[in-house]
Amino acid sequence: MAPVAPRSGDAVFANVERVNAELFTLTYGAIVRQLITDLEEVEEVNKQLDQMGYNIGIRLIDEFLAKSNVSRCVDFKETAEVIAKVGFKMFLGVTASVTNWDADGTSCSLVLEDNPLVDFVELPDTCQGLYYCNILSGVIRGALEMVSMKTEITWVRDMLRGDDAFELRVKLLKQVPEEYPYKDDE
Amino acid sequence: MGREVSESCVDSVIIEMVSAYCNRFYVNKPDLAARRIEAIGYQVGLQLSESYTRILLVARYTMERPRFSDHLEAIKFICKDFWSELFKKQIDNLKTNHRGTFVLQDNRFRWLTRMSSDPSTANTDSSQDPSVATAENKSTQATSMHLYFPCGIIRGALSNLGIPCAVSADISNLPACELQLSVCFSITCMITR
Repeated sequence: MAPVAPRSGDAVFANVERVNAELFTLTYGAIVRQLITDLEEVEEVNKQLDQMGYNIGIRLIDEFLAKSNVSRCVDFKETAEVIAKVGFKMFLGVTASVTNWDADGTSCSLVLEDNPLVDFVELPDTCQGLYYCNILSGVIRGALEMVSMKTEITWVRDMLRGDDAFELRVKLLKQVPEEYPYKDDE
Repeated sequence: MGREVSESCVDSVIIEMVSAYCNRFYVNKPDLAARRIEAIGYQVGLQLSESYTRILLVARYTMERPRFSDHLEAIKFICKDFWSELFKKQIDNLKTNHRGTFVLQDNRFRWLTRMSSDPSTANTDSSQDPSVATAENKSTQATSMHLYFPCGIIRGALSNLGIPCAVSADISNLPACELQLSVCFSITCMITR
């Protein structure tokens, strides 16, 4: 019998190696600041943060699958729940909630009220248009792509822009049928 | 206990930052990439030192601001308290020539342990003879790129303690077979009076 997917990442988070969040928050902040200096255009910074997140996501999914004990999700709804409750918890120590499903169950919102990325962060006026947490959407997109789901992820709410929470809109574009990864002749 | 995140978050972000600077933004300009990576570390060290000295020293000595009687005292603080906060271990060995140069040795530097897979991948490529040296070179170069970040952190931390200095890292004189975990940071303090 397949193991039941855990509904919470608390136990996993308790068992992974953890570090003081301040190092993470400050490191990320310093990176964003340096990117703004070097790339000049806020649009380009958004793009690069997303790309960095994507590259992280395609690697992090392995660790997630190895440590979380999550088995195959039956549908995208379950996938979203697992990201919100297990994925976020396991890496960032916080959980998100899943809301605003559309009728056909292919797009939903992940809402984060607590986000360690933005502790001590304030954006200056010159950074209008910056999606400071864009790395997060990249990570989710990259990770999901590795388990055959093409998604499009956009920010709906952002506390650094004065909203009351962070809200990511996750839209499932297509589910690539799984292919056997090896060819016979290899 | 303050807020915590998984160690892989920090590792992933640092690895990806180094890779973005070396392989995307400044592909053929390793010097520029190195300078940017160091600058990011400097910023982190500056702020971490500010917050760690506040937390650690205020708690221990109920002091408003740490006063180090000399450079050695400040560097001992980096070796013990600061390093423990960052890496859950202290620096293994501290040497100084008493003329402003300090060598800090960490025999199991945490940020290199996660890269220990790199040399083995390089080794698998060594079937064609000419590429062996290049692969090793590349691996060493990649590793050294990752050391600019902690060098920047140390420089930033010391700068916050009022000690302007230059920091470099050395992993070259290691026994070849040992996985490259050991690192020596050389700190040269600048005389500012």
